[in-house]
Amino acid sequence: MENALLYAVTLLTLAGIYAALTLGLNLQWGLTGLMNFGALGFVAVGAYTSALLTATPAPGAAHLVGPGWPWWAAWPLAAVAGALLALPIGAISLRLRADYLAIATIGIAEIVRLFVRNEDWLTGGPLGVSGIPRPFEGLGQPWGPVAYLLLVAAVVALLYAMAEATAKSPFGRTLRAIRDDEEAAKAVGRNPASFRLQAFVLGAACMGLAGAMLAHFFKFMGPDALDPITATFLVWVMLIAGGSGNNRGAILGAVAIWAIWAATDWIAGQLPGELATRAAYLRLFLIGLALNLILLYRPQGLIGERLPGAR
Amino acid sequence: MIELVNFYLIPGLVLGAIYALAAAGLSLAYGVLRFANFAHGELMTWGGYAALVAVVALGISPWVALPIAIAATIPVALAADRAFYAPLRRAQPAVLLISSFGVALMIRAVVYLVWGPTPQGYARGFTPPLVFEGIRIQQRHLMILAGTAIAALLVHLLLSRSRAGRAMRAMADDPDLARVTGVPVAGVIRLTWCVAAALAAVAGVFLAVDTELTPLLGFNVLLAAFAAAILGGIGRPWGAALGGLILGVVEELSTYPLIGGAPLLEPAYKGGVAFAVLVLVLIFRPQGLFKGMG
Repeated sequence: MENALLYAVTLLTLAGIYAALTLGLNLQWGLTGLMNFGALGFVAVGAYTSALLTATPAPGAAHLVGPGWPWWAAWPLAAVAGALLALPIGAISLRLRADYLAIATIGIAEIVRLFVRNEDWLTGGPLGVSGIPRPFEGLGQPWGPVAYLLLVAAVVALLYAMAEATAKSPFGRTLRAIRDDEEAAKAVGRNPASFRLQAFVLGAACMGLAGAMLAHFFKFMGPDALDPITATFLVWVMLIAGGSGNNRGAILGAVAIWAIWAATDWIAGQLPGELATRAAYLRLFLIGLALNLILLYRPQGLIGERLPGAR
Repeated sequence: MIELVNFYLIPGLVLGAIYALAAAGLSLAYGVLRFANFAHGELMTWGGYAALVAVVALGISPWVALPIAIAATIPVALAADRAFYAPLRRAQPAVLLISSFGVALMIRAVVYLVWGPTPQGYARGFTPPLVFEGIRIQQRHLMILAGTAIAALLVHLLLSRSRAGRAMRAMADDPDLARVTGVPVAGVIRLTWCVAAALAAVAGVFLAVDTELTPLLGFNVLLAAFAAAILGGIGRPWGAALGGLILGVVEELSTYPLIGGAPLLEPAYKGGVAFAVLVLVLIFRPQGLFKGMG
C-alpha cells in the first residue's frame, strides 16, 4: 500500500515538474509563437545551478563545491540562470526569421550538453553532482515525498497564476497580437523583437525552475540524467495535445501525456528483456505519430486557446 | 605543413563535402516548401541503413549501393509529405516544422526497431592510403570528394538546364507568381522531395563510410547542416554547399595546434563549432554569403 502511494506520488511530482516546463513553453510557443527546441538546455542550466548552490558534496567529488544554500534560496537563481541563457540567444535570433530561433535553440542544448560533460571542475563531468538535498526529506517516508509533491504543486499553481495574469494583461495581448499579425502590432507602435525577447526569457526562467525541481527530486544531476526525448520533445507533445495558448491546456496536456508515457513505460517494463527495448522504440514511434495526428485532426488540442472576452 | 594538409585540411574537406550535400538538400527543400525540415537528418540515417542492407544482402560496396539508398529514401520523404506535410501546406511554417520533428522521431524509431542501437559499419577491407608527394589521402575520402562533385554537377544541371529545375527555382523565388504562371506546383514539390531525399541519402552513406552507422547519424549533423545552409543563404543550394565546405574545414582546423602545441579548441568542443558559426552568421550576416530568402 505504501509502495503504491509512493509510486503515485513520484508520478504526480514528475507530472507537476512537466507542467511547469509546459507552462514555460506555452508562454513561448502558445502565446508568442516562438519555437524552442532546446528546452533541455534551459532545464539543465537551472538544474545544475540549484544543484551546485545546495549540494553537500561527497568526499572526492570533482565538481565545484558550492555554498550549501537552502533550496528556497537556490530555486529563484535557477530561474534566473535559465533566463540568462535565453537572453543572448534570443537577442541574436529573435529579430530574424522564426525558424532561426528553433535552429539556434537546438544549438544551445548541444552546447550546454558539451559544457556539462567536459567542464569537470564545475559540473563534475560525467560523474555529475550528487548529494543534492530534497526538501522535506527529514519527514521520512511517506510524508517527505508527499510534502515535496505539495511544494511542486504550489510552484505550479504559482506559475499558473502568473501565466494567467500575463495572458490577460496588456503585455499578453501584445504578445498574441505579434504572434497573429506582426505588421498590425508594429503599426500600433509595438516593438515585436523586444516583446518576443521578454516572452522567450520568461519561458526559459520557468524551464530553469523546472530543472531545479527535477534535480532536487532526483537528488542527483549528471549529463545522462536528461535526455532530449523526454526533456524537449515530450514537452512539445504535451503542449500541442493539451492546447497551446491555453495555460490550463498546458497543465492538462502535461498530466495526461505523462500518465500515458508512464503507463506505457510500466507495460514495457513487464515484457521480457529484448521486447522491453523494442517496446520503448515503438513508443517513440507512436508519440511522433500522435503529434502529427493532433496537428492534422485537432490542432487546437484538448482545450484550445480561449481569447479573453470571447464567449 | 604537410601535417596540416593530411590531418586537418583533407578531413576538413571530406567532412565539408558531406555537410555540403546535407545542407544543399535542406536548403532546396526550404526554398520550395518554406519550412525547416527537421527530419532531414533522419532521411540521411535512413539512406545510410538502406545502403547497409544492400551491402550485406548483395555483397556490394557502399558506392555501388548508392542508387539503392537513394531509391529507398525518396519514398520515405514522399510518404511523409503526402501523409503529414501536404495537409498542413496552408498552415504556418512553424506548424510544418513541428510536424517534421514528429516525422523525424517516427523514422528514428523505425531505424531503432529494425537495426537496433549498436553502431555498425559497411565492413570493408583495409585499403592503404594513396600518397602524392607526401600528401596522403584515404581512398574512401577521395571517393567521397569525387562523389560530392558528381552530385553537385547533377543537381546544378537539373536546376539550371531542365524545365523542371527552372520551375523549382521559380517556386523558390516567388511561389504566387509561379502558381499564376502555370508552374505545376504539386509536381515541383514532389521533385523537390526527390532531390532533397537523394542528396540526404548520399550524404548519409558518405558520412557512414567516413565514420560509422548509428541511429543518430544524421541527427548529429543536423545543426551543422542548418548552420551551413544559413551561412550560404537559406534557399540557395549552391550557397549551402559552399557553406558546408567552409564549415567542415573550419571544424577540423579548430583543433589545429597553431600556438605552442595546444589545439586552438579542445577537441571535445568540436561539435560546438557549427553553433559558433551559426551565431556569428546570425549576428553579422543573417542573409548569408549569398543573399538568402528574406
